[in-house]
Amino acid sequence: MAKSAREITESADFRRLVSRRRSVTLVLVAAVFVVYFGFILLVAFNKSYLTTRVGEYTTLGIPLSMLVIVLLWVLTMIYVFWANNSYDKEVSRLKAQMTEGDA
Amino acid sequence: MPTATVQTAIGTPTTSGILLFFTILALTLVITYWAAKRTKSAQEYYAAGRSVSALQNGFALAGDYMSAASFLGIAGMCAMKGFDGMIYATGPTVGWPILMFLLAEPLRNLGKYTFADVVALRLRQGPVRVAAAIGGVTTLVLYTITQMVGAGSLIKLMFGVPYEVAEIIVGVVMLAYVLFGGMLATTWVQITKAVLLLFGVTLLFILTLAHFNFSPGALYAEVSQQYGQSALEPGGLVSSPVEAVSVGLAFIFGVLGLPHILMRFYTVPDAKAARVSVSYATGLVAYFFCIIPIVGFGASALLGRKLIAQVDAGGNMAAPLLSELLGGTPFLGFISAVAFATILAVVAGLTLASASAISHDIYLNVFKKGQASTAQQMRVAKIATVAFGVLAVVLGIFFKGQNVAYMVTITFAVAASANFPALFMSIVWRRFTTQGAVWSILVGTVTAVGIVLFSRTVWVDVFHNPSPLIGLNNPAIVSMPLAFLAGMVVSMFTRSEEEEAKFDALTTRKFLGVGAE
Repeated sequence: MAKSAREITESADFRRLVSRRRSVTLVLVAAVFVVYFGFILLVAFNKSYLTTRVGEYTTLGIPLSMLVIVLLWVLTMIYVFWANNSYDKEVSRLKAQMTEGDA
Repeated sequence: MPTATVQTAIGTPTTSGILLFFTILALTLVITYWAAKRTKSAQEYYAAGRSVSALQNGFALAGDYMSAASFLGIAGMCAMKGFDGMIYATGPTVGWPILMFLLAEPLRNLGKYTFADVVALRLRQGPVRVAAAIGGVTTLVLYTITQMVGAGSLIKLMFGVPYEVAEIIVGVVMLAYVLFGGMLATTWVQITKAVLLLFGVTLLFILTLAHFNFSPGALYAEVSQQYGQSALEPGGLVSSPVEAVSVGLAFIFGVLGLPHILMRFYTVPDAKAARVSVSYATGLVAYFFCIIPIVGFGASALLGRKLIAQVDAGGNMAAPLLSELLGGTPFLGFISAVAFATILAVVAGLTLASASAISHDIYLNVFKKGQASTAQQMRVAKIATVAFGVLAVVLGIFFKGQNVAYMVTITFAVAASANFPALFMSIVWRRFTTQGAVWSILVGTVTAVGIVLFSRTVWVDVFHNPSPLIGLNNPAIVSMPLAFLAGMVVSMFTRSEEEEAKFDALTTRKFLGVGAE
């Protein structure tokens, strides 16, 4: 017997799915804010740190700004990896509960 | 314009440039012809029949986002201002991971053609759709102005075509894509352009580094010797932390409120494809903004700032000039043709998004209460497309000569305030109501636009008043929280049990995709 939307949203399985997804996204959103605004505030308040030389002329700011962009991409890929490998399985299991008997 | 001291083919039509331009034009028109035969229904017109793969949509999303303004503007900024340009280049990428975490999959599961579908899903259609269309079209019009004004100046600069003629050419060609080929043609034009643009910038990047024996350190040494070490250090870009945070918020949440980006999620078959398409798009956007600074630094080292400024004071011609130096006139022709194709593709995406707001949200769901034949829907969609195309050309000509560079971040701020808060609250908050949505969108739109009108960028620079009434250039830090606040307060006073009851179905559809179209 297929379950109704209300039954699903109140089930322990669904609540666990939602809270796990919320935790993962919260951590990742926070990480994006730390990476990006951390860099911007560094530019605003600690310019001398960014002018430290890491090469003959190259300043630390140059590799750091590239690192910011790369980290943003890495965080995106962490999410995709988690969603493809863990989240999707749980979704299809719960979805089956809702639609079983319909087919 | 070129002077006696600058030897460049920029501003004069070259054989290779014209040839490449017409090749790209022919290719995109063949795509349009092919797409036109597959575009009959409204679902095909707005959403390419949901047949676009994740990889294809990844390229199309990146194509929608990588505008000529960002390519030429950021390369120019790095050339003329050094490290400050690099700081700026980190901004455009930051919205993409957030788009992925918060919106990509829910949007695909809950909507049909526009982001208003999601906001209106369990709320009253009429008021919500009208408000969402106001927020959406305001954003799109602002974005279109930046693109069209940029297009006119760029084409004039590159090919020597008069500004007004350039506007009309862009309008006519992009209308051909959208009108006949709908979303399928727009998507493939976007993919073609993204591939060409990434190829061109990559080649420019490699040729620049080859000049320095593939040692970025040698390039930076050359920049430092010519312009002093300060070219590699932060300058005046982040002078006010509040302003910088406001620009950052606009970049982050603006992407989540750009209607032409959001409607791309409906072209893929399901939520997983939406997710994977964002991962491709983020990778491409990140790569693009990582390598552009090198091109800019290369231009300042190999050409010199003085020469770049002689051709265009803002530095926008740094990348094309560098392509001419490193690859001769044919490479310049290629880069120019690609920049032109980029403008066409972006304006086509904006036009399609506006047409869908007017015909799908307003005509079909407000005037016709969801009851209209395919033929009627298509007729209105095409009228709206032409109307917006004409409006784009008129706006482009009207705003001729205005400095539109600042308008890009302002457009993002409007998108972040007008569209994102209502969209987000509608999918996460059970108690969100119809009135809450309407007020959130209106407050966000009006405060964002209002702050800009009384800030330095418009009140002083456009209307020539002595001093700004509001000391903030980017409104996002104020207008976005206000839009959230308006939505929350109004919802609390207008609770609706009927709307709350529908939240369970929305939730299972959002997470599990049950009932998704």
